[in-house]
Amino acid sequence: MQRKLWMVLALLLLVPGLMLFTSCAQQSAVDQDTTQKTTPPADTGSTTGSDDLQADAAKRAAEQAMNQFINEHIYFDFDSAALSAMAQATLKNKAAWLNANPGVMVTIEGHCDERGTNEYNLALGERRAMSAQAYLVDLGISASRLSTISYGEERPLDNRSTEEAWAKNRRGQFKLK
Amino acid sequence: MVSVRRSILSPFLMLVVLLSATPASAVDEFIEINPFLKKIPLAIPAFKPLSEGALALETSDEAVQLMAETLQFTGYFNILDKGAYLEDPRASGITDASINYRNWTVIGAELLITGGVRRTDEAVEMELRLFDTFKGQSVIGKRYRGSPKDTRRIVRKFASEVVFFLTGNQGYFNSEIAFVSTGTGNKEIYIAEFDGRNPAQFTRTKNITLSPAWSPDAQWLAYTAYPKNRPFLYIKHRHHKRGYEIGNKGLNITPAWLPQANPSASLDDMRLAATLSFTGDQEIYLLTGKGKIIKRLTKSWGSDVSPTWSPDGKKFAFVSNRSGNPHIYVKDLDSGRVDRLTFQGRYNTQPSWSPKGDKLAYAGMEGSRNDIFVIGFSGRPPVQLTRDAGNNESPCWSPDGSMIVFSSNREGRSRIYVMTAFGTDQRRLLTLPGEQTNPQWSPNKHLN
Repeated sequence: MQRKLWMVLALLLLVPGLMLFTSCAQQSAVDQDTTQKTTPPADTGSTTGSDDLQADAAKRAAEQAMNQFINEHIYFDFDSAALSAMAQATLKNKAAWLNANPGVMVTIEGHCDERGTNEYNLALGERRAMSAQAYLVDLGISASRLSTISYGEERPLDNRSTEEAWAKNRRGQFKLK
Repeated sequence: MVSVRRSILSPFLMLVVLLSATPASAVDEFIEINPFLKKIPLAIPAFKPLSEGALALETSDEAVQLMAETLQFTGYFNILDKGAYLEDPRASGITDASINYRNWTVIGAELLITGGVRRTDEAVEMELRLFDTFKGQSVIGKRYRGSPKDTRRIVRKFASEVVFFLTGNQGYFNSEIAFVSTGTGNKEIYIAEFDGRNPAQFTRTKNITLSPAWSPDAQWLAYTAYPKNRPFLYIKHRHHKRGYEIGNKGLNITPAWLPQANPSASLDDMRLAATLSFTGDQEIYLLTGKGKIIKRLTKSWGSDVSPTWSPDGKKFAFVSNRSGNPHIYVKDLDSGRVDRLTFQGRYNTQPSWSPKGDKLAYAGMEGSRNDIFVIGFSGRPPVQLTRDAGNNESPCWSPDGSMIVFSSNREGRSRIYVMTAFGTDQRRLLTLPGEQTNPQWSPNKHLN
């Protein structure tokens, strides 16, 4: 039992690494198998334990994972649609969750801060959403599950005109369809 | 007539003399003189009721006030203080024979407008005259008849005559300004008269609505809206509930109508450029007035947005990030050639081609703020029109090219402002609940 737990933990650590280094085509199959076995939240129906507590915990964990998927945004530099190392790490987590939840369809929203002008920001927002989409596709997520939309500077999370607010508003946001 | 034109031109003549003494390199280009710097002193004494009764007096007072406001708006005139007037045409008369021109030249007036108003319950009749006080002669005399609600239309028609006499251009007194306002909690398009009067909500998308663009006949508005939670283009009639939806995958944004030589062209015959991204790349396309794609106009990886046509329709300027930052480029449709126009700054967007064709206005960002710039096509650096006054965006020319409308948050919330094409006489056009942005000046319809 102890040994099995270690294996599970090892796999959990391995999965993101695998996604980083192997090619996409083979990748998706491998990822899906491993994550379904190793991530309890994705897999409430086939958990080994049968008591309510364990099921509840699994459900809570699944909810938590989903909330994290929805609430964790990726952030961009001013007038840039390039993915930072941090944005890439966040997208890897999102890919893992998407692999664990194969039925889910997602809309990626691209947003900008208020400093540029509306029209160009609509275009920039779309490029941000598209770079996130392309990255997830590279990680093996089917493009058919991912749509994009740009809101430009029209839907800020923080209405203030400060560096901090601008940084918060230059984001990619993920919505379940 | 000649003397008035000369009085406007005199600063121009002076500058030419001055320039001839400077090195040749400084005079190798056409120097344009700001006609708004030396304002023409204009007297507009009270209009004279030509019929009995309170109505005639009331209409006289209303009309003279409107006349002063309308001509003041143009920036060409310095309307002289009524307290300085030595003569009262209400008493002495409004015609050439009864005017003592010395009484006007002595207080500095170069132009004089007199008015007479006849008024019944059903009709208003106005006699309006423009005098050149130095020459001592009448230069325009007109009689108008209409229903009582036509007072403003009559005043604007005569004001158009005055402006035409001075500039050779009809002005914009029968134009409108479309803009975006957040008063309802959503961005919706509103339309006001050119001077900000009578603003009214035009769209009810209950979502984001942006980038209004007037068709050349001012009968249609194209804009981007999200009623289906997607950035689609809409083409809606100004007065009827007719319209078309352009809903390609991705962006459908920044519409710009191709100038139209034939004023009675149908929507099918009209053309507009817009940015679409259904291929995964944001490019500018040429569409019919109903949104059918005719052809792609740009080809470059990255963003190509915000087209604006040259008045002859042979070129268009647009924003592209092909050099890394957003800058303004010009494409010549005949040669296919694309030239970068802006080199100053790192963020230049929202180009608007002037109706005379010789300049572009645009918003350029320095630090975190935009300001309005104007640039020609000779390679000379741009001229900055707004400065140290908040964030200034979305410049758009008046149909005669004499003014620029834009948005600014210099007084707190974003409002619509106007200024002359040279950046002088900056003032707020209107104040509504919420914030106002994205102004677009309509073509001038002929007043009849």
